[in-house]
Amino acid sequence: MGMTMTQKILASHAGLDCVEAGQLIEAKLDMVLGNDITTPVAINEFRRAGFEGVFDRDKIAIVLDHFVPNKDIKAAEQSKSCRDFACEHCVSHFYDVGKMGIEHALLPEQGVVTAGDCVIGADSHTCTYGALGAFSTGVGSTDMAAAMATGKAWFKVPSAIKFELTGKLPKNCSGKDVILSIIGEIGVDGALYKSMEFTGEGVSELSMDDRLCICNMAIEAGAKNGVFPVDDITKAYINGRCEREYKVYEADADAVYERTVKVELDKIVPTVACPHLPENTRPASELHDIKIDQVVIGSCTNGRMEDMETAYKILAGKKVADGVRCIIIPATMAILRECVERGYYTAFIDAGAVVSTPTCGPCLGGYMGILAAGERCVATTNRNFVGRMGHTKSEVYLASPATAAASALTGYITEPKEA
Amino acid sequence: MNTKGKAFKYGDNVDTDVIIPARYLNTSAAAELAAHCMEDIDAEFVSNVKAGDVIVAGDNFGCGSSREHAPLAIKTCGVGCVIAKSFARIFYRNSINIGLPIVECAEAADEIGAGDEVEVDFDTGMITDKTTGRQYKAQPFPPFIQNIIKKGGLLASIKEG
Repeated sequence: MGMTMTQKILASHAGLDCVEAGQLIEAKLDMVLGNDITTPVAINEFRRAGFEGVFDRDKIAIVLDHFVPNKDIKAAEQSKSCRDFACEHCVSHFYDVGKMGIEHALLPEQGVVTAGDCVIGADSHTCTYGALGAFSTGVGSTDMAAAMATGKAWFKVPSAIKFELTGKLPKNCSGKDVILSIIGEIGVDGALYKSMEFTGEGVSELSMDDRLCICNMAIEAGAKNGVFPVDDITKAYINGRCEREYKVYEADADAVYERTVKVELDKIVPTVACPHLPENTRPASELHDIKIDQVVIGSCTNGRMEDMETAYKILAGKKVADGVRCIIIPATMAILRECVERGYYTAFIDAGAVVSTPTCGPCLGGYMGILAAGERCVATTNRNFVGRMGHTKSEVYLASPATAAASALTGYITEPKEA
Repeated sequence: MNTKGKAFKYGDNVDTDVIIPARYLNTSAAAELAAHCMEDIDAEFVSNVKAGDVIVAGDNFGCGSSREHAPLAIKTCGVGCVIAKSFARIFYRNSINIGLPIVECAEAADEIGAGDEVEVDFDTGMITDKTTGRQYKAQPFPPFIQNIIKKGGLLASIKEG
């Protein structure tokens, strides 16, 4: 029986010729990731279990990104515990303030993860790296602790849903609109425990930033992972970034899928997920009477260079509407630097926006843009649960960078003319 | 092994942000996390919950973030078991890894009422609603997972081999 792309990567890392959905396997890991929220819990467990060393200092990545620069004393203590642990075990991929970025933008950018890898991360959006043709999934801190000691993790081999992409996106749409549309269609548990495998001629029309955004939100459909095939666009992105050799896996022609969902890219419209679930999607054009107080452009979903470019094209030479706070957060230091070099930073400030150093901050209601009761935010982030960005009576509308930037100018949810 | 207590009932898609809001994630101390358990969905939960009580919910319980702080908060405030129609996968994995018993049973999740006295027998998978007298049979864990639970969690199972 044929295997899906995900099953092939897992089989190879488990040292097996063949695996099938439902099978329990133990797989070798190419990278184990944690952040400043989840790593301290993993360190507690690691120490409590009496582990002395890590399996491979080059295969562990610890990124301080959620609450840094430290938002308070407790956050500072958590960062310090990560820093001390990374130092004690000589962790190669430790990213502190000045070097850090939002983990899921940073690791692909820095070539820490690559095609064919098997990766776990103590962060639910670890599924992002499927865009590179890797198997990558979020786990908890105990799994991270065990993996740091053993270099292995157990998995139940997932079945898969195939998403067949055709056509080309309209100019005012991006990967975010694709994934929001898909979640709107299949629901927040529509891919529970499964792989989301993106295939079809439409793949070649999507940039790497689009693919990273799409895989990033696979978890919002409940999926174990999302994955794209490796093509010339992937190779152009990977080459020169990762010192390790990459490996290309392809789904078998007779791979078994639970179902196939057709996604016509040319029919995608700017899409917004209304409170309080990512599946509550509506076309942006139907929401023009929703008045907003804040816009956030950033996060592991949409803080990449293309997202900044989109925001720049819409905001440059214009003014953010009175009564709207527009917060722009480039996801890595390299992206921030590029924004400075290209003049985006100045244009954002001139438009009346603020620009932050990289942080997950507002996305999870940590800091840097918390909402009061009754306030509404259009955000390029990934979750709009009750209280996600602040008060339980605040509201988050998830959208693309183009929709968010266009909305910042009008003060109402606004369909962008062009991305 | 079993648990016996009062049922706290919630709907579908109870996410980890309402189980333990991120504003409290600047600590990994279990007792501090437990003090804010379920705060954004049920502000009274922490003052009402007693050891052995049971959370009963719909589909996709624990969706969202991978924060292990969520099952840890639930376990530490005394909850003996979570019964749901289905669980989000990272929450499911984390619960097993830290030793919080969780049971999938759609019928029980539908029929058990808020405040009912519920008993769950983990060895047999039998759920009894003592208030209504109804019984439900949940799927027992597969052997692979039973082993992790028996050894007291993932790390203990690795250390013991």
